[in-house]
Amino acid sequence: MKKFLKKNKNNRSSERLRFSFFPGCALKVSGHESTLSLLKFCDSVNIELKELEDWNCCGSSSAHSIDHNVAKHLPMRNISLVPKGIPLLIACPSCLIRLKSTYLKIKEDENLRQEYEEAWGKPFDEDLEIIHFFEIFNRIRLEDYINHLEEKLKKIKVAPYYGCMLSMPPNLRFENNYSGIMEKTLSKLGADIIPFGYANMCCGTYLSVAKPQLAQKVVTQIVSKAMEAGAECLVTACSMCHLNLEIRCALENSIPVLHFSELLSMALGAEDQKKWFPRHIVDPVPLLKKRGLLVS
Amino acid sequence: MINLGNEHHEFADEIKADSGINFNVCLHCKTCANGCPFIEGMDYAPNAVIRLVQLGLEDVALECSSIWICVGYNTCSSYCPMAIDIPAVMDGLRHKAIEKGVKIAEPDVLNFHTEVLNTVKKYGRTHKLEIMMRYKLKKMDFLSDMGLGLKMLKKRKLDLTPSKVQDKKAIEKIFKEK
Repeated sequence: MKKFLKKNKNNRSSERLRFSFFPGCALKVSGHESTLSLLKFCDSVNIELKELEDWNCCGSSSAHSIDHNVAKHLPMRNISLVPKGIPLLIACPSCLIRLKSTYLKIKEDENLRQEYEEAWGKPFDEDLEIIHFFEIFNRIRLEDYINHLEEKLKKIKVAPYYGCMLSMPPNLRFENNYSGIMEKTLSKLGADIIPFGYANMCCGTYLSVAKPQLAQKVVTQIVSKAMEAGAECLVTACSMCHLNLEIRCALENSIPVLHFSELLSMALGAEDQKKWFPRHIVDPVPLLKKRGLLVS
Repeated sequence: MINLGNEHHEFADEIKADSGINFNVCLHCKTCANGCPFIEGMDYAPNAVIRLVQLGLEDVALECSSIWICVGYNTCSSYCPMAIDIPAVMDGLRHKAIEKGVKIAEPDVLNFHTEVLNTVKKYGRTHKLEIMMRYKLKKMDFLSDMGLGLKMLKKRKLDLTPSKVQDKKAIEKIFKEK
């Protein structure tokens, strides 16, 4: 019956979308709750994510900073592992930039293509599609999977925080830009969106280790501005941002920070929050209970 | 003294070759400087770093803190009216600073990058706990952030064992490839 309803509402939704999934170190190694809720959400909207087999680190901020060659070959190996014909989905904005810009460079540069093919023993796949997780909102309609969606998030006051994800290097400036996607999606699901001026300010990434005082100042500013604007929680698009907003905020009464995928999964009826929330430094459970999003 | 003859082009050309970026189109409008959240930790604004390179002030450019404080997250380059990939220029300067063995203004940042790549070389993926331990050990700093580290362990934000790539040879090849 459910299937029949879905089919009638929208033909696109009857087909299960399949992606190769590149988790990257931030999601795989420390942001387990982000990965778990992402997989849960995708499953509930009929999307299959198959983890890219034996993927390696994209090189992060460190490879391109100090070693050209490693920065070039780490993403290249990942590109070579993607099964033909299946788009690669990446949820970490930083991994996306590393893989996508390497892919475009190979596409445009004959010498680099030769180097890639010699090193990784595979012809370069010109048609490989590399997309960010947000792209799926251009391919599915949430209303096909859920009824009364505007009641789901019960007016919880969220401040969407994008960090650097909307800033692209010049070679990617014509790629899709996802400005406003979190606002649009969450308000559709019944959240109360609190816009604030610091939504695009970088969280400091690794400066949180190497220059903690600089990161702390910026993070505290981001969180306090969201609070001043009236937010009850922040929602992040990136696992790294999530970690920094939690560990480097100097406020005593900081608000919870939720992963976008956690709110999405909850709105779609996921019940395994017990696996996610104990991993948060600022416990979101009291707020979610207060809003009636969690029952004891 | 700044020599405005032709010889200073050499340094700018080297950085241009390394980064593949033509930063001579910079208008010095300071949009990058105004948009950067970490300018406070820099001794020269991003456009000023470009100016140093244009003027051939190699030592000043390579020894400044800005090239290490820049986290390369493109706020500057996405606002730049001339679409200069400023983080790529910073990469070029970092590579040159390491190559020429000059005094590194922010050794902690370089130390961090080195430890990240060490774990990637070993496991194919980063291992945060090991990065932090080695970073702190090198710095001989065991007290700051101790409480935070324990909290992160308790909240299982730091995995004890690394996640590893199976094909070790492929990773070895990446670190050997020149």
